[in-house]
Amino acid sequence: MSASLIVFLKEVRENLRDRRTLINSLITGPLMAPLFFVLIINAAVTRETDRAEKVLKVPVIGAEHAPNLVAALKRSSIEVVDAPADPEKAIRDQENDVILRIPAGYGEAWMKGEPAQVELLFDNSRQDSGALVARVRNSVESYSSTIAAQRMLVRGIAPSVAKPIVVASRDQSTPQSRSGIMFGILPYFFILGAFMGGMPLAIDTTAGERERQSMEPLLINPVARWKIIVGKLMATSAFAMTTVFLGILAFAIAGRAMPTEKLGIVLDFGPQFIASTLFVMAPLAIMLASLQTFVAAFARSYREAQTYLAVLTFVPVVPTMLLILYPTKTQIWMFATPLIGQHVSILGFLRGDVVPFSSLLLCFATTAVAALFLVWMTARLYQSERVAITG
Amino acid sequence: MIELRDLNKAFGDVKAVDGVSFTARDGEITGLLGPNGAGKTTTLRMLYTLMKPDSGQVLVDGVDAAVDPVSVRRSLGVLPDSRGLYKRLTASENIEYFGRLQGVDEATLAQRRDALIAALDMADIADRRTDGFSQGQRVKTAIARALIHEPRNVILDEPTNGLDVMATRAMRDFLRHLRDQGRCVLFSSHIMQEVGVLCDRIVVIAHGRVVADATPDQLREQTGEASLEDAFVQVIGSAEGLSA
Repeated sequence: MSASLIVFLKEVRENLRDRRTLINSLITGPLMAPLFFVLIINAAVTRETDRAEKVLKVPVIGAEHAPNLVAALKRSSIEVVDAPADPEKAIRDQENDVILRIPAGYGEAWMKGEPAQVELLFDNSRQDSGALVARVRNSVESYSSTIAAQRMLVRGIAPSVAKPIVVASRDQSTPQSRSGIMFGILPYFFILGAFMGGMPLAIDTTAGERERQSMEPLLINPVARWKIIVGKLMATSAFAMTTVFLGILAFAIAGRAMPTEKLGIVLDFGPQFIASTLFVMAPLAIMLASLQTFVAAFARSYREAQTYLAVLTFVPVVPTMLLILYPTKTQIWMFATPLIGQHVSILGFLRGDVVPFSSLLLCFATTAVAALFLVWMTARLYQSERVAITG
Repeated sequence: MIELRDLNKAFGDVKAVDGVSFTARDGEITGLLGPNGAGKTTTLRMLYTLMKPDSGQVLVDGVDAAVDPVSVRRSLGVLPDSRGLYKRLTASENIEYFGRLQGVDEATLAQRRDALIAALDMADIADRRTDGFSQGQRVKTAIARALIHEPRNVILDEPTNGLDVMATRAMRDFLRHLRDQGRCVLFSSHIMQEVGVLCDRIVVIAHGRVVADATPDQLREQTGEASLEDAFVQVIGSAEGLSA
């Protein structure tokens, strides 16, 4: 039996006996993504259905100046309620989302045939009020164009004269591609899963081994150090892979329970999704395991290593956030960059795009090269006396 | 047989080991005695190839440690200064892990493991996880795993550190047992009574240098002191750091 395999089997056996590690790698890590998305999607669905069906209560100031407008609002499921004493303050204090003000001069302007002004009060920095504001604005504007058409007809003009151009929207997004917006963060959860799954072993096999003073006896065995390191990395990678695999599986199962069709989204969680995601995540798990092991090797104690690795966990957030903030067309260099490659690949799978196999292969290959480099760096680090000696 | 020739090792400006040479022979117990901080552990670490000497040579059974460290490590059984165990593994599993890394086949491994467990009188703890072991139980396990490949040469860094009287006595008997099997036994200690009763040869180290290399009787003769304790104090130059 090769030395690496002996080390691998021992590390796996030892860590399988640690309840904390097991819970972390087999339960917390994998269930994080599905739980997060079940919560978010359900909240989103509840909100959307509430919005569409609910009668919207809108405070209107000076409703008595425009009884016809108020009647038109009521016809489009907007209930007019009494306005607060200080409407600007009510908006600022977030007591109301939107308030309609009909000035006293409304009736006079209307009679003269001049544009009668109404005011919409809202806070544009509040995201959740946007849909409500749009609904009130649409109601007012549709009433306005109905009246405009009537006035033109009275004067013997075809209403179409006032509309030389009509814009017809033809949305080319598919239910699957719309899901990309909501699930842009999903790849990060898989990457985070790899991080979490490997973390206890990355620490236990390095800083932990030094802290409990077993590193020196281990390295006295007649085995090349790189073989010992490879065995340790194999064990850490195996745990990281298990977490990722269970995470993808849990997500695929939970995905069926998510009421995504109510949001007009279709997700593809078939065996193809599972297999492709695993394919691009496998080298990344090894790369992250090596990175964690490399960093943890600098720590003298378990606690110190935990601090370092907690900071390291935020590294993969950066490419994910950049891609969410600046969604750009997927380009070939993205597949060639570890972390970003996994991100765009998994998003592609989710959207149901056909990701060319050559791109996936590129993603796999560059990440594998990065992983091998980190394995080599870690093995080299363990050649130094500083790492081997505890005292 | 272990031969050290003019070993030197410095950490920054501090010369931890300054030209140490001595020989530990087969069928003898050699004691490496010195106060705390004298350079014993550093000397032993260079011997079992964990550290590279700045200069000098280590020969184990005639093999140069700088040329072939792996076969040197195979012919050494080492109880180092750090002797941590894997606490989620049983004592037996700890021993087997090192046996497999030494390349011992499974049948031989089981046989030697049982023999060591009997010799070290640790049958009652063999199948217990090492978490919560007493100091003595930990040392026994660490010694068993160091000897699982039946090395010709045995090196122990302060083996009786933290042991109670009974465990210390058992340890001495075990070292004599190893010597009687014809092995070369080298151990370090800062407790001179222990070295006095156990050793066939004593190497005294102080400030990184060998200040005496003799049998206990010769040492007493050389210094003209009747007791070993006084002899030690004289060769070291002070009583500092020597404790019972």
